[in-house]
Amino acid sequence: MTQLALIIDLNVCVGCHACVTSCKQWNTSGDAGPLPDDNPYGKDPSGVFFNRVQTFEVGTFPNTETVHFPKSCLHCEDPPCVPVCPTGASHKREEDGIVLVDYDKCIGCKYCSWACPYGAREFDEHSKVMKKCTLCVDRIYDEALPEAERKPACVMACPANARIFGDVHDPDSEASQMVRENHGYSLLPELGTQPANQYLPRANRK
Amino acid sequence: MHPAFSVIFFTTLAGTGQGLFLALFLGQVYDYANPDFELGSAFFANGGAIALAFLTGGLIASIFHLGHPMRGWRAFSQWRTSWLSREVIALPAMMIMTFLYAAAHFIGQPAEVTITIGVIGLIVNLALFICTGMIYACISFIREWATPLTIVNFVLIGAASGFSFAVAYAAVAAPELVNMYGRYAIVLTGAAMIIRAWMLSRNKQLRESQKSTTQTATGFRNPNVRQTSMGLMGGSYNTREFFHGQTEAFIKNIKAIFIIASFVAPIGLLAGGLVTESLILLGAAHLIQYAGLLAERWHFFASANHPQNIYYQSVG
Repeated sequence: MTQLALIIDLNVCVGCHACVTSCKQWNTSGDAGPLPDDNPYGKDPSGVFFNRVQTFEVGTFPNTETVHFPKSCLHCEDPPCVPVCPTGASHKREEDGIVLVDYDKCIGCKYCSWACPYGAREFDEHSKVMKKCTLCVDRIYDEALPEAERKPACVMACPANARIFGDVHDPDSEASQMVRENHGYSLLPELGTQPANQYLPRANRK
Repeated sequence: MHPAFSVIFFTTLAGTGQGLFLALFLGQVYDYANPDFELGSAFFANGGAIALAFLTGGLIASIFHLGHPMRGWRAFSQWRTSWLSREVIALPAMMIMTFLYAAAHFIGQPAEVTITIGVIGLIVNLALFICTGMIYACISFIREWATPLTIVNFVLIGAASGFSFAVAYAAVAAPELVNMYGRYAIVLTGAAMIIRAWMLSRNKQLRESQKSTTQTATGFRNPNVRQTSMGLMGGSYNTREFFHGQTEAFIKNIKAIFIIASFVAPIGLLAGGLVTESLILLGAAHLIQYAGLLAERWHFFASANHPQNIYYQSVG
């Protein structure tokens, strides 16, 4: 069984937000309709995004480190957002493990977003449905694209190669090897969601 | 969490309707057991119609919570896994049973028929309470909700507000039931207060023992981790839906208001109304309690601490 996922390498993420803007560009241009923005040039800009880069300061001054931390849907192996959906719109694909929302079945009750501990889902106030990262499902299987480009838009955009895309159930994939060799870890592991996406910690450099 | 008024009105209105159904059925059992009582079937037919009106009000309020109400029928499909889907089935089922109960009394069906409908209604009623409570209690990581107390709270509060309404209704339509309903309303309101106080003290303990922290959310093991940017500056769904956006003082005031208006004042007014046989006091008891329960439900939502908030601590 395939489980596609992103591996985020915190050693090399420079916090440039290229993955955020490329995600927005790709996913606002597809068949599913735009990811709307409200007041993009006004006082209180707001919009729907599938991917964010956050920044944390780790340690005590003067021994602090700035860590940039990309965050998107983790495509959990046991996604709590799926069983709570009353219509079956929120689902996990058997064939590749991607967690998706069927926008035509979503009634916009927002219950799935309450049931996601990571805040990975964002409600689209214009089309009144819940939206989330699709792992660029409309890109990665597109045979019209050269094979090297059949990757999520965020992975294509990352200048530091901080995002590795692949099947984490295939022990020989680059993603699996990176997790194995670099102590890859999960977010909020205590909640038992078993996220497919994992993070590679900063290596200690003395 | 950001309290949604659609859900606040849905849970309080439907709860009152469900509680009123319980009160009517209990009244019928009393009537059946006491040869002295001569309650006409109109009391139960009209009461059932009022309970149905409460449930319908709840249903209408819940529709305002949906982005696509016209697709609502799809929500019948996932009852195997989703408590929300189960509730979507249980609510109309309860409305049908309430309608049948009122209609059977209205056309003068014998007691065997109305009591059979009442017993089935009782079971559906309990199922609806459990579904509504489990919607919140089943989200294990919203720890303020993930407790059987949530379901007990929904049952007791629905029953208390239904009985307090039944007291005022009986004062107008069936005076022989006023004392019985009044005693039940006081006991249920008192029990609801005890359970709610238990939940409040439990919430306080939860705040002091966070299970998920910035460390577990990010994987940074250093004890000093501080967010310097949430990755956006103008707010998003994440900053609106999961934060109540009010000050600590506001929350404290709401808590004081709901404790007094939902529990303390109604018990006093009901007791006073029963002693003085004052319809005004009995009616005021229900109205004040209902207003208090709106605040109670608001507080229930606002006090739920969602783990996603760990990722949204600093604008930057």
